[in-house]
Amino acid sequence: MAVDKKPPEEGSILVTSIESAIAWARKFSLFQYPFVTACCAMEFMSAMGPMYDMARFGAEAPRWSPRQADIIWVVGTVTNRQAPILRRIYNQMGEPKWVMAFGTCASTGGFYDNYATLQGIDKIIPVDVYIPGCPPRPEQVLDALMLLQDRIQAEGSSRMRALKEMA
Amino acid sequence: MSKKAIRAVKKACKDAFIDSHAEHGDHTVIVKPEKLLEVVRFLHDDPDMDMKHFCDLTVVDWPEREERFEVVIHLHSLTRHHRIRVKASVAESDPVVPSITPLYKGANWFEREAFDMYGVKFEGHPDLRRILLWEEFEGHPLRKDYPKKRRQCPIPFREDHPDQPPPFRERP
Ligand code: SF4
Repeated sequence: MAVDKKPPEEGSILVTSIESAIAWARKFSLFQYPFVTACCAMEFMSAMGPMYDMARFGAEAPRWSPRQADIIWVVGTVTNRQAPILRRIYNQMGEPKWVMAFGTCASTGGFYDNYATLQGIDKIIPVDVYIPGCPPRPEQVLDALMLLQDRIQAEGSSRMRALKEMA
Repeated sequence: MSKKAIRAVKKACKDAFIDSHAEHGDHTVIVKPEKLLEVVRFLHDDPDMDMKHFCDLTVVDWPEREERFEVVIHLHSLTRHHRIRVKASVAESDPVVPSITPLYKGANWFEREAFDMYGVKFEGHPDLRRILLWEEFEGHPLRKDYPKKRRQCPIPFREDHPDQPPPFRERP
């Protein structure tokens, strides 16, 4: 067959940088590791379920091994005794990785202002998006996910961002 | 019904008995701490008492009292349907009471929790370790003089942690 010498039609060519193409691919295939400890889990299930359907955003496959996950959802109260476990799981995740603090408890300790509770997971691991609410509505969760996707597109993972800032 | 239990304790364990009260079905005997096991054994073994069901064991901290730790045991009889509460107070300098695990196996973890939270020691307990907190935890958090704002964590915090979470960023 003869090679078609016709110039491509208008709008049929896309020009992009490799970085933003990768970021685009990443933000729509987030494999998640739910670190679920308390009552916020109910709202997380609701956000995952058919009604709100997080799968629409490409974040549908839960991975029960942190090594296969891109995003860790810390859902619920984290006690001081759990802190080493959470940090270890975070360290086991491969780059690039993102952290969501789901609910007031994970973000700040919430009303558990006492000896037992870690006052916010950002004391031990870096957090990308904090979701307020006790528990947050599924809409808020989806909003946070979209916010995270925008950030992935704009700046890559938190670790890459930190490296860039250091350089 | 349970007043009978109070009277029986008073009669059978005369030298252990300190006080009793009964209000709205809450029947309580206060006994000497060193005789606690004796009293509980009587309630457990006596055919008229027959309190084979151990409901609860906890501690109350009364900082203004000299014998500030009050160990509280709740017992129930499944055959005779009566309940009783046994209390014994110990001082902070020597917070030791006999363990009731020889009679009630289920008291094991309750006593470990009481030890964890209040530092009351149970003599004769098979394995008195912390149960909820980790071994290196300093102090006993449910004592009233444990500082309310004191925080302990088994791992160090991130050095670069800002006190406030970063300001919420606008969408790019
Ligand atoms: S934020 Fe509220 S709903 Fe979520 S884990 Fe804490 S107490 Fe439970």
